[in-house]
Amino acid sequence: MTLSAGTGGAPNVELLDTRGVWKSVDGLLLEVDQLQVEFRTRDGVAKAINGVSFDLHEGETLAVLGESGSGKSVTAQAIMGILDSPPAFITGGEVRYCGQDILKLSEDERRRVRGPEISMVFQDALSALNPVFSVGWQIAEMFRKHRGMNKSDAQAQAIRLMERVQIPGAAQRVKAYPHQFSGGMRQRIMIAMAIALDPAVLIADEPTTALDVTVQAQIMQLLADLQQERRMGLILITHDLGVVADVADRIAVMYAGRIVEQADAFELYAEPAHPYTKGLLDSIPRLDQKGETLSAIGGLPPSLTNIPAGCPFNPRCHYAQDICRIDPPPPLREVGRHRFAACHFSELLLTHSPELAVTQTTEEVEAHLELGLDYPVAAGGLDHDQDMERGGEPR
Amino acid sequence: MDLGSVDHVFPHYGRVPPVVHAWFGRDNQGYDVYARTVYGARASILVGVFATLFVAVLGSFVGIIAGYRAGWMDSVLSRIGEVFLGIPLLLGGILFLYIFPNDPLTTPFLVQVGKVALVLGVLGWPLIMRLMRGSVLQVKPNDYVQAARALGASPTRIISSHILPNSLASVIVVSTINLGVYISVEATLSFLGIGLQPPAISWGIQISEASGIGMIRAAPHMLFFPSVALSLTVLAFIMMGDVVRDALDPRMR
Amino acid sequence: MSQPLASITQEVVLKAENLVKHYPIKAGVLRRTVGHVNAVDGVSFELYKGETLGIVGESGCGKSTLGRMLMRLEEPTAGKLTFDGVDVYSQKGADMRRLRRDIQIVFQDPYTSLNPRMTVGDIVGEPFDIHTDVVPKGGRRQRVQELLELVGLNPEHINRYPHQFSGGQRQRIGIARGVALNPKVIICDEPVSALDVSVQAQVVNLLKDLQDRLGLAYVFIAHDLSVVRHISDRVGVMYLGKIVEIGDEDQIYGRPTHPYTQALLSAVPMPDPTLRDVREQIVLTGDVPSPANPPSGCRFHTRCWMAQEICSVEEPLLVERPDGQSEHDSACHFAEPRVIVA
Repeated sequence: MTLSAGTGGAPNVELLDTRGVWKSVDGLLLEVDQLQVEFRTRDGVAKAINGVSFDLHEGETLAVLGESGSGKSVTAQAIMGILDSPPAFITGGEVRYCGQDILKLSEDERRRVRGPEISMVFQDALSALNPVFSVGWQIAEMFRKHRGMNKSDAQAQAIRLMERVQIPGAAQRVKAYPHQFSGGMRQRIMIAMAIALDPAVLIADEPTTALDVTVQAQIMQLLADLQQERRMGLILITHDLGVVADVADRIAVMYAGRIVEQADAFELYAEPAHPYTKGLLDSIPRLDQKGETLSAIGGLPPSLTNIPAGCPFNPRCHYAQDICRIDPPPPLREVGRHRFAACHFSELLLTHSPELAVTQTTEEVEAHLELGLDYPVAAGGLDHDQDMERGGEPR
Repeated sequence: MDLGSVDHVFPHYGRVPPVVHAWFGRDNQGYDVYARTVYGARASILVGVFATLFVAVLGSFVGIIAGYRAGWMDSVLSRIGEVFLGIPLLLGGILFLYIFPNDPLTTPFLVQVGKVALVLGVLGWPLIMRLMRGSVLQVKPNDYVQAARALGASPTRIISSHILPNSLASVIVVSTINLGVYISVEATLSFLGIGLQPPAISWGIQISEASGIGMIRAAPHMLFFPSVALSLTVLAFIMMGDVVRDALDPRMR
Repeated sequence: MSQPLASITQEVVLKAENLVKHYPIKAGVLRRTVGHVNAVDGVSFELYKGETLGIVGESGCGKSTLGRMLMRLEEPTAGKLTFDGVDVYSQKGADMRRLRRDIQIVFQDPYTSLNPRMTVGDIVGEPFDIHTDVVPKGGRRQRVQELLELVGLNPEHINRYPHQFSGGQRQRIGIARGVALNPKVIICDEPVSALDVSVQAQVVNLLKDLQDRLGLAYVFIAHDLSVVRHISDRVGVMYLGKIVEIGDEDQIYGRPTHPYTQALLSAVPMPDPTLRDVREQIVLTGDVPSPANPPSGCRFHTRCWMAQEICSVEEPLLVERPDGQSEHDSACHFAEPRVIVA
């Protein structure tokens, strides 16, 4: 999939004018700086996000890669300001949009950012769209509320948007209801709603996970086209390593609420600098390889109420040594040009140094887990992450 | 002189407010309200429990069949249930007990209680049937039920091991709430003079006697204490329902 | 049907002939049947002992319904299923129950495939309670513990409840239940789709390991083409209730001849950024037609870039289409091999 990776190009003047107050500085749109989010639940305090930092520039696609319990969706919701508080609390850090910390804004001001400036596309279009209103009404709502248009103008805009996202027969279907569309069409409608007010940043939270692979290809193509057209910054949140490889410029890998690696997409896939990333890449079956046994990462992602001491990945890491268990978690540090990783042994990993010893195999990790349950594990799988994201309690 | 006795009449003590020798005071005929409240509990709770059990068992049974078999049987059973549901509880109760009255002197206590419970049960079972049917319909498509079918389990085993335990939760909660409702309805029926008859005692009868013209102002204690007892009992059963439901849920252990 | 090389020496353990499942659509007050959803519309294949047959397709293609039909959890509208020479759909009562020992299933959703109110021991032990002659009463607990160990779980957790396990572990419990009666065939209905990426590999490895150890044959139903390739010996591609192409995995992935297979393969994102501009992209237009109203002739013709007049008139049969190298069955009038995956 071709994409123009724009980092720090000349800002699009026309777009800025309609935004009014918000002007990006050198194309830098969004800065997340040491964000911390906690969930205070009956079972304890779950540290969902533990100091996450990244940047987003105009026209850039940043992929946030992670499994359940990694905190990726919570990050998106924190940026959007749609976390349910309680039980979620933002306990530290800043989120700067065009230089200004939006976490400190009032709810009213926040609402003026959410939608016109930063917008979001969710995973499940059926539950994200209101079933009792027609799709045209819902898309037009963006224009009625934020631009003060009247009903007929707003509807005309809605039809235009539906055509842009390639919904056939848009003029006739503008009065139809969400359940009358297929999954792929519904996702397009959600995308239409999200780009209605020409946002500068689009956050897509698992936009194609629930879709068939041929529809997924269409939707990803649509997102890429829209992004190029409008020079949006795209944050793509997913667990699908294939999708990420196709579209991402930069990738941030999350584990247990932290970013453990951040790098350019090509470099990350070629040479991972963190054992977790390496484990993930080694464990996925590839379409062009019929291999032998998949090398799996043993064990499970940790429960966020009880993250292991030291480096959170140490119980499952093949290269874990004492320093990983005892010392505080390794910070995200620069290990190459524009490459960051949170591991004591990144350099050794990158250079395939023979000094890097394998201290436990997958079988040993599994055996350790089954017999002793040395570290508490998340009781849920994918549901766990979604439970947390909906403001529920980790199971 | 046994002032605490239920049957002794002390007219000169009539309508005495709460005093040392009668904690809840005395009613019109000098009966000790406390003693009568305690004895009245028996009838009220028995009616509530019998009615609830009847409704729960009959309703669950029919609901499981309707939900599991689906198809035409479900349609037929649901329609029958709706017929019964269409009969207002109070009106039907009044009608039934009017046609088959309780003779205050000769009808044994348990028969009186049984009749009231029967009325409540016959008119109330469709509610639980619909609830159970709904639960069964939710549980049936779950993969673990399909897995049991795939293993060759008989319908009896599927229902008793898989469907029933997972469908009970809402039925338990609603049943315990209904128990409170049934006790109140019995009170209403007795208040109207249709349910239990004196010399049988129930809270309904007490409330009935306490609510005559001018009675509430003259002797409020007669109404107050049985009403409080009724409310507390209803609340207690509702809370018990919550606890039972949680106790049966392995996730809460 | 063409004979793949591997199967010449092996026995057929499961044979499906023209399986059809139509669901009636009822409408109106009197619930009259106004149409049919043609979920499975004439599927035939053979499964050989010890092999894995992958069935891939997108939503609405009927693969899940097919899986349930193979388990006789759905009665067929038409068609015949033979297991070890026995006609499955004509078995009744105790005979059917006996047959169920030999064909078992692993479900997709680890959260709904285990009864939340039963302990793990009860769940894995239930097969023995139903088929009491497989293991004598005294030895059941031990057998359950052996099974738990076999799938990589701690046998001491026998009294725990499903909610105390993670998704991957629950799936292992489901697998333990599936192999309890020593079946010959296991239908795997999307067994890893609901799991985290890092856990999928564990479960796939487990399935492969069990297959080698216990001599199982799998029908592996999934939509993830990469996983299917990894575990399957042969693969069948389904579209709108029919198999459109079936062959050895290197034939299907290396030289697919049916346009739908080609489009499907080209749509799968590859975890390799260097392939971005190199890979051929076939992006299909439009949505999948409704199974209640499938297109005439070849069902794929409404989205096919090669479609010609004959395609909307005559339905192509699933027969051997020689492509000059390795013949396998394909249902397209213009079947031509095309390399999509390098």
